Amino acid sequence: MKAKVYVTLKDGILDPQGKAVQQSLHHLGYPAIKEVRLGKYIEIELSPMPLEEAKRAVAEMCRKLLANTVIENFRFEVE
Amino acid sequence: MRFGILVFPGSNCDHDCYHVIKHLLGQPADFIWHKETDLRGVDAVIIPGGFSYGDYLRTGAIAQYSPVMKSVRDFARAGGPVLGICNGFQILLEAGLLPGAMLRNRSLKFICKDVFVRVETAETPFTAAIASGRVLKLPIAHAEGNYYADPETLRELQENRQVVFRYCTKEGRISDEANPNGSLDSIAGICNRSRNVLGVMPHPERCTEGLDGNTDGRLFFQSVLEQSGIQSR
Repeated sequence: MKAKVYVTLKDGILDPQGKAVQQSLHHLGYPAIKEVRLGKYIEIELSPMPLEEAKRAVAEMCRKLLANTVIENFRFEVE
Repeated sequence: MRFGILVFPGSNCDHDCYHVIKHLLGQPADFIWHKETDLRGVDAVIIPGGFSYGDYLRTGAIAQYSPVMKSVRDFARAGGPVLGICNGFQILLEAGLLPGAMLRNRSLKFICKDVFVRVETAETPFTAAIASGRVLKLPIAHAEGNYYADPETLRELQENRQVVFRYCTKEGRISDEANPNGSLDSIAGICNRSRNVLGVMPHPERCTEGLDGNTDGRLFFQSVLEQSGIQSR
């Protein structure tokens, strides 16, 4: 059982890393790029458990540690 | 006055703090390993700078759950003075003992230089002996010091006068050029509502002896001693 967690900066939060990547992509000849925002992708291998239980646990992990909800949003898939 | 200095894997300013307290101020100081839960009756807690847990995930994110932090929470709730310096400030934010969060510096660079900060309020244990409005020269050394809070939190910080330090020019003027990292409202340090927990990005412990012609950082430590009625050396 595996959880895939995506942590992204909230809208309106400045992302200097994204800006730097965006500029680099412009220099590489991709002028059509409007914005780049960087986030984190986290894979969690879980012992088998009921799906709902796994979702609850992963949501809790996100709120407690994986994301800082002052500046970040999270979403995840469990499969 | 007995000081407890927390040590996480990756702390690297712990010995600097110890040196200042023990050898300059002549006060007892204990290192407290992050796995300990007993603060051993210390009168003040310092969370030093460094790279706790290698800054993995986010600065301070993993340290907030070290066993010692539960005791620090209780200590803070009981009104004990807590000073978080640089990574210590980041840990206090992640632990929710101070509001807001740190973002990467807007320049994306690790910035290591002297800056000027204006003392906005003397009403914390660590600024009690510093006149409000005074400009201090202090070194910063960080990559994530770009303070952020949502508009409502910022308003609360301002209304309750919890903004303790702001980056400024040598003359004490707040300006975008004098803001090294892009911090919201030029914030360099804040305290909690009950004013006993202070987080600062600059390193007061690095300018206490005058070896580099600067002793401004010493005022932090003298403040907390004077508040407890102790004459420091």
